[in-house]
Amino acid sequence: MLTEQNSALLKKVKHGLKDYTVLIALALIWILFSILTNGIFLKPRNISNLFRQASIISFLATGMVLVIVLGNIDLSVGSVVGFLSAVTAFLQVKVFYDLMPRIFPAMTATGQGIMSTIFTIIVVLLLAVVIGVWQGSLIAYLKIPAFIVTLGGMQLFRGGVLGVTQGKTISPVDSSLVSIAQGYVSKPLGWIIALVVVGVIFFTTMLGRNQKKSYGFEIPVMWKDILKASVISGIVVLYILVMNKYRGIQIPVLILAGIALLISYISTNTRFGRYAYAVGGNLEATRLSGINIKKTIFLVHVLMGVLSGVAGIILTGYVAAGTVNAGQSYELDTIASCVIGGTSLMGGKGTIIGAMVGSLIMASIVNGMSVMNMDIFWQYIVKGLVLIVAVYIDVVSNKQKS
Amino acid sequence: MSDDFILEMNNVTKEFPGVVALSDVSFNVKRGEIHGICGENGAGKSTLMKILSGVYPHETYTGKIVLDGKMISFEKGAIRQAIESGISIVYQELALNPFSTVGENIFLGREPVRFGDVINWNDLYGRTKKLLTTYGLEIPFGETVGNLGVGKQQMVEIAKSLSEDAKVLILDEPTSALNQFEVNTLHAILRTLKEKGVTCVYISHKLEEFFQITDTVTVLRDGKHVATIPTAETNTDKLIAMMVGREMTERFPSRKVEIGEPVFTVKDYKVMSTEFMDKTLIQDVSFDLKKGEILGIAGLMGSGRTELVTSLFGEMGKQIAGIITLNGKEININSARDAMNHNIGLVPEDRKRLGLILEQSILKNISLPSMDHFSGFMHIDKNKELEESRKFAKSLRIKTPNLLVPAEKLSGGNQQKVVISKWLMTNPDVLILDDPTRGIDVGAKYEIYKLMNDLVERGVSIIMISSELEEVLGMSDRIMVMCEGRSTGILDIKEATQERIMALATAGAQDEKEFSC
Repeated sequence: MLTEQNSALLKKVKHGLKDYTVLIALALIWILFSILTNGIFLKPRNISNLFRQASIISFLATGMVLVIVLGNIDLSVGSVVGFLSAVTAFLQVKVFYDLMPRIFPAMTATGQGIMSTIFTIIVVLLLAVVIGVWQGSLIAYLKIPAFIVTLGGMQLFRGGVLGVTQGKTISPVDSSLVSIAQGYVSKPLGWIIALVVVGVIFFTTMLGRNQKKSYGFEIPVMWKDILKASVISGIVVLYILVMNKYRGIQIPVLILAGIALLISYISTNTRFGRYAYAVGGNLEATRLSGINIKKTIFLVHVLMGVLSGVAGIILTGYVAAGTVNAGQSYELDTIASCVIGGTSLMGGKGTIIGAMVGSLIMASIVNGMSVMNMDIFWQYIVKGLVLIVAVYIDVVSNKQKS
Repeated sequence: MSDDFILEMNNVTKEFPGVVALSDVSFNVKRGEIHGICGENGAGKSTLMKILSGVYPHETYTGKIVLDGKMISFEKGAIRQAIESGISIVYQELALNPFSTVGENIFLGREPVRFGDVINWNDLYGRTKKLLTTYGLEIPFGETVGNLGVGKQQMVEIAKSLSEDAKVLILDEPTSALNQFEVNTLHAILRTLKEKGVTCVYISHKLEEFFQITDTVTVLRDGKHVATIPTAETNTDKLIAMMVGREMTERFPSRKVEIGEPVFTVKDYKVMSTEFMDKTLIQDVSFDLKKGEILGIAGLMGSGRTELVTSLFGEMGKQIAGIITLNGKEININSARDAMNHNIGLVPEDRKRLGLILEQSILKNISLPSMDHFSGFMHIDKNKELEESRKFAKSLRIKTPNLLVPAEKLSGGNQQKVVISKWLMTNPDVLILDDPTRGIDVGAKYEIYKLMNDLVERGVSIIMISSELEEVLGMSDRIMVMCEGRSTGILDIKEATQERIMALATAGAQDEKEFSC
């Protein structure tokens, strides 16, 4: 009897551990690196850099989760990001810089710079949509396997990078574009953001409870909800506390938070999101349920295109230039982030938040190794191994189920 | 009676955390008999199979199993051991490589070789041929398995077991995918095997089959052994009573429905295949469906039943010709969405492959086609979704602690109820059910029949495909019989008999070979 109770407890612990595997892995990696680097790894300065480094891949991972959930894959993201980054730099440096003084002659140079950045962003995002539409139509409507379309896209857009840059770095980009990727929110504003976020968390928790109550559904015990909301709020406040010890919240991380929340919401709270998971779970059953499968697949790839655009713009600001190598091997980092975060390559399963943690793990490994001054070749080896191990874990957990 | 038992189960008990799957089960199987095992889903049949086939090693259960005088105890992971000891199982889902030939499949893993590792093909096919002739199995030994019909594929499985010198051949739901014709062939084969001294354990949901083929029947209920009796001493009603533990007065509930005017009519329907050039899937089909009516569709497997309803639902075939009217108005259906917009629903034949997203929750499965009811732009009202879904889960009595349980965790009958709930939520006027009770137990079948009655009483019209003649006869108001993509006749229930249906189902296809489609 006692052993039975013990085994039940053990099972619960095992389940709990499984749910938080990624977080535990992240914690272990952080502890390991902070020991190996004598604590430098966990200094606010390094954490700030780490999150910013993670942000570019994270933009891609938010979209890639849905692509993989469909049961597809996008191998072209690295090249697409590189291409859009090159276009961003090209437009700003070679087109809008010269154009702005003519369109807005009355404006200051700073104002003209900002205007050129805005114009650039709009055009690049439109181009990103076009790329998404191109790949999405080939995959959804012409039924060419995503693997092939994006493998082709990988070459195609890498060619585009070379064409746009002519093999040379394009710089300098405007400081306003640089600050999107490298800037910080002022510290008081950071605290205001913290306050608003905590407010929203508690408000939505209570709203959810009330709505459930009005339907007469059973609701979880009050303290559980409060605890959950408090833990999330705590993490947000802690993050801002640490960041404000350095220079404040990084602007790209703030943009990422917004986009990740939005995509996460879309994936669970809209028909489009629901259908994407249904397609990945059982394509035939979804088709027979009267759902427009082609449209769902198409839109997911368009979304992936747009997010590649966002990543491309931020990458340009981060490097402050358009380079030939931009975005190289991002597809590996992105896919690895999703898989580490629990997205199943068999389709149908995966969360945005998981992918965000996965991308943080990938970035932590790279960052930690460079803080340790390890040779760069190790990064490639370790990243490759991490991807393989993550997929292995996915395979094993699928096997256990059946 | 001095009995010669080949298989003895003594006090077998198998527990899972919180559940006793088998409790003190004892029964014996005589040498050379066909021994039927029946019981509802969850009665312990599959647990028993898994113990016999070595999936559950001997330390995980208690009790003694004696095979041919020797106690058997398989170790962990030693499924091969079970096969070698002489127990061979033909599973419900066939496990053959469709791209290999019959001979290759039979000798997979035991190919005759020479010079180290070179397969001796002549020996392999020679042995295959000999094996097949010995047991009177009419299968072309060099044919690619994928080109054979389900019935023939099953024969290959049986041949494979026999080639492994099976002492006891266990058939798990062997007829669930077969048409009546193939069932007869299978039964003939089993009788031949019996003459040759092979012992068979025959598990099935179709009770009438026990009377056609078995010598002895064992009934299990809730993991307990209820009875083992000679088949000749019992009948269907008694078996059902033992299986469910109470008297079932009727297998098909009666209904009182005022059948109205035709609501859905199909005239001169013709469909071409999208996969094969110039192949006609359906032709010469015309019928009407009246308000409150259940129209049964009978026919052998491959008769075009499923193709007909799937193309009517807008999801199969091309160059579709013919006139479809709904409530007197001509309509065009080019996709499942179109069909749904006309309030037509389809519960597809293979619930796991076509009906459900197995790893998703019951809730998400039920609401999938009806998401428009609960959502606006960028929003899903999850509370309303749950409330609506619960209504259906409750009225259909889906057995589950809550609706967040993944569909894969449910039993076959409950899974089918989820698929039906899913379509009821779309509020159909015409509901097409493609073999709705396939592979589910007697109790759940009865509930589905009652549900169909409720629906027609509320004015819904139903088209029901069924592989079981008794079911078609028991539930339909009229029966359309199909053969080779054509409608060969529509019978009123008063004039319909098993014989007449079979005659129409095989009209123009008397030659046996044409069935191996």
